[in-house]
Amino acid sequence: MERLDAAFSALSDPTRRAILARLAMGEETVMELAKPFEMTQPAVSRHLKVLEEAGLIVRRVDGTRRPCRLAKPGIEAIDEWLGMLREALAKNYDRLDLVLEVMNSEKEKEKR
Amino acid sequence: MSKMTLTTEGDRHVIVTRHFNASPEAVYRAHTEPELIQKWLLGPEGWTMPVCINEARPGGRFRYEWSNGKGGHFYITGELVELEPNRKIVHIERMHLPDATPDNHVETRFDADGSGTLMTMRMTLPDAETRKQMLSTGMEHGMEASYARLDSMS
Repeated sequence: MERLDAAFSALSDPTRRAILARLAMGEETVMELAKPFEMTQPAVSRHLKVLEEAGLIVRRVDGTRRPCRLAKPGIEAIDEWLGMLREALAKNYDRLDLVLEVMNSEKEKEKR
Repeated sequence: MSKMTLTTEGDRHVIVTRHFNASPEAVYRAHTEPELIQKWLLGPEGWTMPVCINEARPGGRFRYEWSNGKGGHFYITGELVELEPNRKIVHIERMHLPDATPDNHVETRFDADGSGTLMTMRMTLPDAETRKQMLSTGMEHGMEASYARLDSMS
């Protein structure tokens, strides 16, 4: 339960959510992660520490680099979010089905 | 079946396909006429498109603005490169968040498929990094939507 609280608290910050979204695309170093944000590397490192303690990411040692990647619960959460992007797109097209149905019935009416 | 597919191809492409039970003419109209676009191109629940401009001619411009009625707001602008009525739309677009994202080059084809239409949308981003950014931005929006949904449940 404590873990879950830590995960939710870690996820409450938009920068940390953005970092997780980035990591969903693969492993990154702190330097690479800092690029899209107007933030220093130490500030990004602090966010990473929160994510690591929440069990959302893991870091490994690679010479002087410490690349990060998603931990399994993080991956599962991200999968869910990617599903939501898919869902938003799919919802558009479900709405389009209805629009097309109305267009078709109007056309039928014109024919009569 | 009307199931949508969303896949990546190579380093720079994203491909979306969807079948519709309507003629290519109708699906094409729904992609080019503002009063039709405004009815479906809305994304997550609760968002509307108060501004929808589409000049629907080669070289024409378009601008779509979305709002969630609670201060959430973003827009995309773009240019229409090529229009082949009822068959194909080629356009370039960028999102403004409010800074403009790199150009996304999109080719949308409408092919007769049985008595309906198979739509194939092929996006080409400038490089792998941009595609990565775009997919993660999309995911962030998905996340915001999920948080909003959580809010409405509590």
